[in-house]
Amino acid sequence: MRYLPLTDTDRSDMLAKIGASSIDDLFVDVPEVARLDGPIRDLPMHASEMAVERHMKRLAGKNLAAGDAPFFLGAGAYRHHVPASVDTVIQRGEFLTAYTPYQPEIAQGTLQMLFEFQTQVAKLYGCAVANASLYDGSTACWEAVAMAGRVTKRKRAVLSGALHPHYSEVVKTMAQFTGDEIADSAPSIQTEPDLEGLISRIDDETSCVVVQYPDILGRVSDLSKVAEAAHAKGALLVAVNTEPVALGSIKSPGELGADIVVGEGQSIGVGLQFGGPYLGLFAVRNPKHVRQMPGRLCGETTDAEGKRGFVLTLSTREQHIRREKATSNICTNSGLCALAFSVHMTLLGERGMRELAAENHRLACLAADRLDKVPGVKVLNNAFFNEFTLMLDGKPAREIVRGMADRGVLGGVSLGRLYPGVEALEHALLVAVTEMTTEDDIETLATELEALVKEPAQ
Amino acid sequence: MNAPNKSGWKPQMEVAEDGLHNGPQTTTGNRALMLEEPLIFEIGKAETTGVDLPAVDASAATRFGGLERIDPIGLVGLTEPETVRHYTRLSRQNYGIDLGFFPLGSCTMKHNPRLNEKMARLPGFADVHPLQPVQTVQGALEVVNELAHWLLTLTGMHSVAMSPKAGAHGELCGILCIRAALEARGNAREVVLVPESAHGTNPATAAFANYRVENIPATPAGRVDVEALKARLGPDVAAVMITNPNTCGLFEPDMREISDAVHEAGGFVYCDGANFNAIVGKVRPGDLGVDAMHINLHKTFSTPHGGGGPGSGPVVLSEALAPYMPLPYTARTKDGVVHLIEEEQADEFAREHFGGELSSFGRMTAFHGQMGMFTRALTYMLSHGADGLKQVAEDAVLNANYILRSLEDLLHAPFADAGPCMHEALFGDKDFGGDLSTLDLAKALIDEGYHPMTVYFPLVVHGAMLVEPTETESKASIDQFITAFRSVAQRALDGDETMKQAPYYAPRRRLDETAAARKPKLAWEAPVG
Repeated sequence: MRYLPLTDTDRSDMLAKIGASSIDDLFVDVPEVARLDGPIRDLPMHASEMAVERHMKRLAGKNLAAGDAPFFLGAGAYRHHVPASVDTVIQRGEFLTAYTPYQPEIAQGTLQMLFEFQTQVAKLYGCAVANASLYDGSTACWEAVAMAGRVTKRKRAVLSGALHPHYSEVVKTMAQFTGDEIADSAPSIQTEPDLEGLISRIDDETSCVVVQYPDILGRVSDLSKVAEAAHAKGALLVAVNTEPVALGSIKSPGELGADIVVGEGQSIGVGLQFGGPYLGLFAVRNPKHVRQMPGRLCGETTDAEGKRGFVLTLSTREQHIRREKATSNICTNSGLCALAFSVHMTLLGERGMRELAAENHRLACLAADRLDKVPGVKVLNNAFFNEFTLMLDGKPAREIVRGMADRGVLGGVSLGRLYPGVEALEHALLVAVTEMTTEDDIETLATELEALVKEPAQ
Repeated sequence: MNAPNKSGWKPQMEVAEDGLHNGPQTTTGNRALMLEEPLIFEIGKAETTGVDLPAVDASAATRFGGLERIDPIGLVGLTEPETVRHYTRLSRQNYGIDLGFFPLGSCTMKHNPRLNEKMARLPGFADVHPLQPVQTVQGALEVVNELAHWLLTLTGMHSVAMSPKAGAHGELCGILCIRAALEARGNAREVVLVPESAHGTNPATAAFANYRVENIPATPAGRVDVEALKARLGPDVAAVMITNPNTCGLFEPDMREISDAVHEAGGFVYCDGANFNAIVGKVRPGDLGVDAMHINLHKTFSTPHGGGGPGSGPVVLSEALAPYMPLPYTARTKDGVVHLIEEEQADEFAREHFGGELSSFGRMTAFHGQMGMFTRALTYMLSHGADGLKQVAEDAVLNANYILRSLEDLLHAPFADAGPCMHEALFGDKDFGGDLSTLDLAKALIDEGYHPMTVYFPLVVHGAMLVEPTETESKASIDQFITAFRSVAQRALDGDETMKQAPYYAPRRRLDETAAARKPKLAWEAPVG
């Protein structure tokens, strides 16, 4: 077995040293009735690299890779170009095979990277402090709601209807166990989100208002009014961002008054990977809130010779110290995805981030204008970044998406899949355009939609 | 026993009386291959970029609703050569499994096979969107299903929830299933019992799910005190969370008896599967009466730890808990088609194929789980096979016992007399000389070229040192570690005060953690002026 260095001679020498006559002597504590004799049944025996590779390639071949089709999916996961050097860096064994940096003297690489990452995220979000990552955007969203409860000592969160439905589901799922009350509403299909309606739901018991920016329909709207209204009632504004590239073009949530900014970092450096692992980003605008944050924080300090160094800090918030009184039960986070994000962000820099965002928006505008001309198709949004909602005549969008997939086109996300049973959204199609989208792709999507939208409903 | 270092190389650096080494100061602060590296914010520029993109056309119309970002973001960029060098230099300040022995107890730092990395990067897995139409992702769903089959066969359990993102998320999943099942019976109950030796995530998870945590005492032999546990069981106890093998590195021989007693009292048994590496292929938790157990794919099944994640924590469930598992899940029907069951299809699918309604407690995360970890773990399982996985457990346990018996004459080994350990050996700081502590020994091991073992955990042993060698170390590597460990242990027993300043040879000396916490500096700030 290529991964197991002990030889049979080693094994018998070691058993002799231990004073055991056989390996079974070391498993005496396992009750005999439960002990398995030979290799477990119903599973294959070991296999060579070649054989395993063959098997895995066959499975991979059954999927339609995004790169092999005109591709327009978004809704919380976006296909962006990842520079080659990102993958090279994250495959360095010293990063890939390191543990959480609990021994800082021999983990300065990870720690300095995390300090840089935290700074990059804080700047992108317009915040003072970011943590060293959480699992993904949806779990970060729940952690923000939980933190707002700790800060305000209130237990009623108001969610915007235009928050990603998976995110709302995660928040509602967790809240049923903590006793938090979650005020939810259905998304309304309108050109502009109903911020007045949202504001009217804030009261003196509200811990936070959760708003996605840009929202699930791709709309971009001014959060500062919501921030003012929330603050007037003593509540916090939690802003959720699922497309960090947008923040190269539009104002940061922090600038607009959000108190906690969370989101999905997958767009930068991580790749699609069928939904995971992704990268939860978490930041606060007010440094006073740091001690209520969940997850790991990396801080600057000095060593015994006075040299600058970095350590995990404020760990009295965390489960390995505080146990049942911790701010969160999170332990392992998304370290390597944070590294990928940070390397990509370093390659982009201020200029690259601005250019990347502008290129996304330019192509999205091109696509919106072209698709709006297709008979039976209307663009809902006035304002958007790289994702917008199409209203389709005729058949439900889900059927059209499936029909396009049969023809090798991945034409977007039907809102019917995200909001099963909500009739008003059945004819809505969410389309995302990135720097990877070509003008030919846009033309193909227009042609496909023209053909499928015209077909009569069954 | 092998010579400490076969290459014959010995550090020539003289150590002065003050404990610092005597070499000349360099102008750069570098020490040959040990290169200092500034922060990107100290070397990058706003106008520099390592990505070639079209310049921003300032005259182009935008549709941002008047929300253009005008002020600088505050980022800096580096070109590709500068970027690669920056991170390569940082990487060299890290210890990793690729570099050496990493006996971090309870963390299972085994070799991460590179085939796993290669397979996870196949475009058919890496470049697939989670919301693609199901007909275009059948291979991805098959990976999920195949992995589920392996996990269920290896554990002897009924169902598996695949979406939890890491071990602690999996614990939460299991406890929420338990809570949902109890609520369905009409009473969620109030208390979760947790042994004192448990991982911190156990009580944190139980508390999150609104349970009061009570400790279960341990016996002098390092096991759960079964009689005390039985005496505490009652109508208020929702669950018992047990780590098996436990964090003292010992198997709980009375697990079946514990499970039966908990079930009889109407509660459920949660097993923390962090230490599954010791028993994979040797015993199935399902045969021990476990109701829920998370499996850290990044421990037992070799997906890389990555400096703190990403992990993956699928949760295997008993038949009693299966109806409550979170959405989405995948299932293969008799026609061979793999279905992704989301909120929409859940009830109908459960009626048709499981003969009842699904009472899922909800959704734990967007999308379907850590696909990138599933492909790696499945690759690992296929490589090892049923025979290889059994060998994994046996070699891991053999290595740990070899270390235990090679050190017990020198170091306090509190449970060594009770019999063999499982995959990790536990020592304490009894009889250390002067005011030396476990921390000093750990830092001295760094100078010897090792990542320290887990220290001060579990809490039940004073100055605990938990050594987990895993199965991927050779005998030569373990012998060299034993030699090094014995030498630092002897120094600690002798009260060698120079250890208090260790490490001497790491990229940094001891760091001031108190100062870091007192006045936290958590982001770079531009120097004033």
